[in-house]
Amino acid sequence: MALLEIQNVTRRFGNFEAVHDVGLEVEAGEFFTLLGPSGCGKTTLLRMIAGFDAPDAGRIFLNGQDLVATPPEKRPLHTIFQNYALFPHLTVADNIAFPMRMAKLGERAIAEKVKQILDEVRLSEMGGRYPADLSGGQKQRVAIARALVDRPHLLLLDEPLAALDLKLREQMQIELINLQREVGITFIYVTHDQGEALALSHRIAVMDAGKVMQVGRPEDIYEFPANRFVADFIGVCNLLEASVTAAEPDALTLDIPPLGKVGAYSPQSLPVGRHGVLALRPEKVRIDSQIVAAPQENHFSGTVRALIYMGDITMYHVEITCDGASGLTIKALLPNSQARGASFFEVGDRVEIAWRYDAGRFVYE
Amino acid sequence: MSNGHGNYAAPDNETRHARFPLPSPLPQAGEGDKGLLRKFHVKHSWGLLLAGLGGSLFLYLPLVIVVVYSFNDSNIAAQWVGFTWRWYDVLLHDAEMIQAAYNSLLIALVASAVATVLGTLAGMAMYRYKLRLLPFLVVAPLAIPEILTGVSLLVFFVLLNMTLGLISIMLAHISFCISFVAIVVRSRLAGMDESLVEAARDLGATPWQSFRLITLPLIVPGVLAGALLAFTMSIDDFVITFFTAGVESTTLPLKIYTMIKIAVTPEVNAISTILMLITLLLVTIASKLAPNAMRGG
Repeated sequence: MALLEIQNVTRRFGNFEAVHDVGLEVEAGEFFTLLGPSGCGKTTLLRMIAGFDAPDAGRIFLNGQDLVATPPEKRPLHTIFQNYALFPHLTVADNIAFPMRMAKLGERAIAEKVKQILDEVRLSEMGGRYPADLSGGQKQRVAIARALVDRPHLLLLDEPLAALDLKLREQMQIELINLQREVGITFIYVTHDQGEALALSHRIAVMDAGKVMQVGRPEDIYEFPANRFVADFIGVCNLLEASVTAAEPDALTLDIPPLGKVGAYSPQSLPVGRHGVLALRPEKVRIDSQIVAAPQENHFSGTVRALIYMGDITMYHVEITCDGASGLTIKALLPNSQARGASFFEVGDRVEIAWRYDAGRFVYE
Repeated sequence: MSNGHGNYAAPDNETRHARFPLPSPLPQAGEGDKGLLRKFHVKHSWGLLLAGLGGSLFLYLPLVIVVVYSFNDSNIAAQWVGFTWRWYDVLLHDAEMIQAAYNSLLIALVASAVATVLGTLAGMAMYRYKLRLLPFLVVAPLAIPEILTGVSLLVFFVLLNMTLGLISIMLAHISFCISFVAIVVRSRLAGMDESLVEAARDLGATPWQSFRLITLPLIVPGVLAGALLAFTMSIDDFVITFFTAGVESTTLPLKIYTMIKIAVTPEVNAISTILMLITLLLVTIASKLAPNAMRGG
């Protein structure tokens, strides 16, 4: 049995359906991420798990117990808020002691645990300070200490790194991964940052417009997007309008105007004529001044129309020219590790590109 | 990896521009701002300074005169004779005045205490339930002419067959003090992070515990400021008190009024000065406690 089971949960605000018929299962010990653009319903879902909001339909089970009728203070879980929500009139130590005082633990035991967790989050000297005297990263650690000190079954994190600057965010990401591994508590993490989701999670649920679009491991979500939304939302992706012209077991032939016939791969057999998009990651596209196409490879030539230099990598926008027809642009990515200058090609250069049949995913939803 | 380029010299300006073509010269960020600044820039001018000075004089000169003449060693107020503490001494031995002061203080204490509790609840309700009607109902008493409030309360008390006296004045004062407290408390709540209460609940606090341990300590400055304001409003209220007072329940403002019907003596100036000092002090403390609410938030 999963630790957390969300069954057919729907939440409406007036005519707006913030969460629509969502079903999810989260296993004990998992780092599970709800990922989606703002307004996709991920925070509403989190608030229903925490108990700040109640579903209009559906049920939420924790350890097999229905949570919906349980007030937030009775749920064996804690939340880390985006702005940390540290109590400004209490010291760091009193903030951390708060959940234990609510649980009526003895003051001796509380003092001991506060000291212990302050050591763990490397804030031993900060117990007497007030939240206003702490830096962003320190506040973050106090919030984590306060939420973990009484060992909840589940920790909900609502975009906890959004307020930090880039360097600190990367550092805190590593701390979060280590922390989750050490304490073994199940994390449900809400973010709109796909990079963060890919880096942190065991599994990700991608949400859009109140619905779950795909659930899977980061590499599944990235490599095998289930639909156009996921392909587009996660990372950078070439989305090429296509329709099926021939489907054999494992092998798929697509028609992509104006490229013509393109080889692709699909685990399912699809009917001829089915319309969809070929989702092709830029890093899967080979680009060079001359390419000898290998078997099972699509091969085209074109012109560099734009390039985006990002230091370590450069993204080339290649306009494909075939049989005089042109107009389709494919993005190809090249690491600059071998380049001696800023990048390999300049705008206007003639290049050739190629990609393996199974590099792209045909999605039709 | 091979490519067609052997030359990796830094590109000249032309190729850079080809690579990052700019649509058109970008508007200079500074220019617009400067224009805006100029529009709102107020020049120093003697006319403006004089107008401000004149306005302030008009507002405060009468008060200064009252204070100054409270130290005037003369039985009539008309001319300056010399400095004395005499009138403050007279005040202290004026039994009626002491009784009036006692009444005023008692009324203000009770009225502000009750109004603080009710007003805090009203402020919280205004904040929590975003109903349109509620703020209107709470704030309306401030906008209704005092004389109307006074008359209607009088009629109300008579209808109830109530004897006019300290109790009726207290009830009247409570009714208008609630508004002040509610407004100050609501503005304090509006400045509070909503997720704090949720965090408290999340960490195991019942609704009552989260109010007592988190909300209340955070709004205490607002509550105190509201209480002080209510106290001030109560202690120097005249119109509503006039309508709701009985024979035996003279307050300081009523007493002053009866005294000046006879003559503006330096004793009136002295008691007015004391009243003014108390009021100023309380309002200053209140504004320190809840700066935002005092600015009309």
